[in-house]
Amino acid sequence: MSDTIVSPVASTIAAAKTERAGALVGYLPVGFPSLDASIDAAVALVENGVDVLELGLPYSDPVMDGPVIQAATVAALEAGVRLRDAFTAVERIRSRVDAPVLVMTYWNPVLQYGVDRFADDLVSAGGAGLITPDLTVDSGADWLATSDRTGLDRVFLAAPTSTDERLRLAVDSSRGFVYTVSTMGITGARADLGTAARALVARLREQGADSLAVGIGVSTADQIAEILSYADGAIVGSALVKALADGGVPAVARLASELAEGTRR
Amino acid sequence: MTDTRTSLRAETGPFFGEFGGRFMPESLIAALDELDEAYQLAKLDPEFHRELAELGRTYTGRPSILTEVPRFAKHAGGARIILKREDLNHTGSHKINNVLGQALLAKRIGKHRLIAETGAGQHGVATATAAALFGMECVVYMGEVDTERQALNVARMRLLGAEVIPVKSGTRTLKDALNEAFRDWVANVESTHYLLGTVAGPHPFPAMVRDFVKVIGEEARQQMLDLTGALPDAITACVGGGSNAIGIFHAFLDDTSVGLYGYEAAGDGVDTLRHAATITKGRPGVLHGSRSFMLQDEDGQTLDSHSISAGLDYPGVGPEHAWLSSIGRANYRPVTDKAAMEAFRLMCTTEGIIPAIESAHALAGTIELGRELGPDATILVSLSGRGDKDVETAGRYFDVLDENGNARV
Repeated sequence: MSDTIVSPVASTIAAAKTERAGALVGYLPVGFPSLDASIDAAVALVENGVDVLELGLPYSDPVMDGPVIQAATVAALEAGVRLRDAFTAVERIRSRVDAPVLVMTYWNPVLQYGVDRFADDLVSAGGAGLITPDLTVDSGADWLATSDRTGLDRVFLAAPTSTDERLRLAVDSSRGFVYTVSTMGITGARADLGTAARALVARLREQGADSLAVGIGVSTADQIAEILSYADGAIVGSALVKALADGGVPAVARLASELAEGTRR
Repeated sequence: MTDTRTSLRAETGPFFGEFGGRFMPESLIAALDELDEAYQLAKLDPEFHRELAELGRTYTGRPSILTEVPRFAKHAGGARIILKREDLNHTGSHKINNVLGQALLAKRIGKHRLIAETGAGQHGVATATAAALFGMECVVYMGEVDTERQALNVARMRLLGAEVIPVKSGTRTLKDALNEAFRDWVANVESTHYLLGTVAGPHPFPAMVRDFVKVIGEEARQQMLDLTGALPDAITACVGGGSNAIGIFHAFLDDTSVGLYGYEAAGDGVDTLRHAATITKGRPGVLHGSRSFMLQDEDGQTLDSHSISAGLDYPGVGPEHAWLSSIGRANYRPVTDKAAMEAFRLMCTTEGIIPAIESAHALAGTIELGRELGPDATILVSLSGRGDKDVETAGRYFDVLDENGNARV
């Protein structure tokens, strides 16, 4: 981990580990079902036990996303969500709750906006950093430089198929946490997470990871409790998006509260 | 002595100038590295080249012939026009060259399942064919819109034993088929090779696919010398992702006297929103794993492309083309649906050759270029595919079929 910069996300996760089993990271896309509702839903997540927010920027070609998140981000784009709405959402969420907010974005929107300009505007809005699903450390020289300049967190992904050398790269370069991909596949709830996540966490620990969260396929309090027995955080996305799609803000608040139970076992 | 450092043919990726690279989820990096390593080894292995050349000779029908088309050429300022007949390949297009190369490679790395994206269906058909030949499982992703306009190719793939999955996400065309193929690959990478069909995508695909299709230009260069005693003045090809174009261009990159012309699909026109003229109207960005020109809005969201030709209906283009354009070595020009269809009909009626609508874009460009260059010029055209698959589209366009696809009486 880069330790010259104090990461609000890493601090939040560390605090959650001292108080409970670990941290709950919750994903929702900006602008779904509307900009206002996505902000209310994100605030509701924090009010119901989510420690770190992951706000997804809708993108036309999301290769890591499964059907639930795709449907939500397509709807948001069709409703006219813009890149700049991400900064608005971060600012308004941060004015209401204190949890750190990471933006999850595919790389082209950042490139087109300008990497430096994007980072500066995210800092101004009070954002904590970026999760970059299609930008790996070895392709991300410009983002490494910009995130060091601005002090933003940078969350890179680690996969079961990554070599030890690449895990080391992800651990050394990530700030906030390492996004531990639980299973080979795209986002979406899975009944059985298997053993790949536990094995990958062990390999990341060997490379020196002290802040890592497991995501992809996580949807129940039981899964969260199990993940937090070996990892520092658990990430839930599609299940929250589905709750928001089906039952609006009250439903997503209820689910967050249920999931947060998994952090207290 | 040739100074190989200055050869434009020496580029092997990941970058072509400022274009190319590898912008992909971490989950796929190991598979891309495995593929790259296997390919680098295969490249040095004479047995691999022997096997591939043998398949080319006994299965594809290589070398493909040249056909001079004087009756067509009368409409193109009287320039001498010569077609490189990739339409005569087994499966009907240049796509088979890349597919056999990658399928052989997949066999080497022990993958028994091939997945592919397809637009017009030519690449899907070629992949289904190779899967049958090698006894592999095959799944082809095809935009739902394209399954409708290329129904015949869907049937061909199914007859060959492949599963065709209509993609209903996004704009339901080629770009979404790529997204879906990447999603499948992320989940099934241990058993599966993603047989990407063009010179786009993350490294090593652009360089590797280029190497598998460059045989087109290597043959054509010698054939032109044998036929005319000289290199052509210009080479023309259609450009979607750009595999047939790079295939015929590559052998000539260092022949500075030879002009290279790629024709992009301009759909209803480049001043409308309905086109696929990526280099003409796009700007650099990252799509499907590499940095190249692409059609996108201010926020970096990919824009819908449009072309009457499903195979050119793609909002990106291979990074080597972006580079060749940026250094001025190749020219990229737009051709509308209307101009392409006029050239399609002209080729049918003057020469008895029904071209793929994709290739008809190159023919339309050639008509214009021939008039520019004049009667002393020799132009080599990549006739990348045959038009059997397009008979319904063209039949409706020219009103020889009714809207149900039945013959007019």
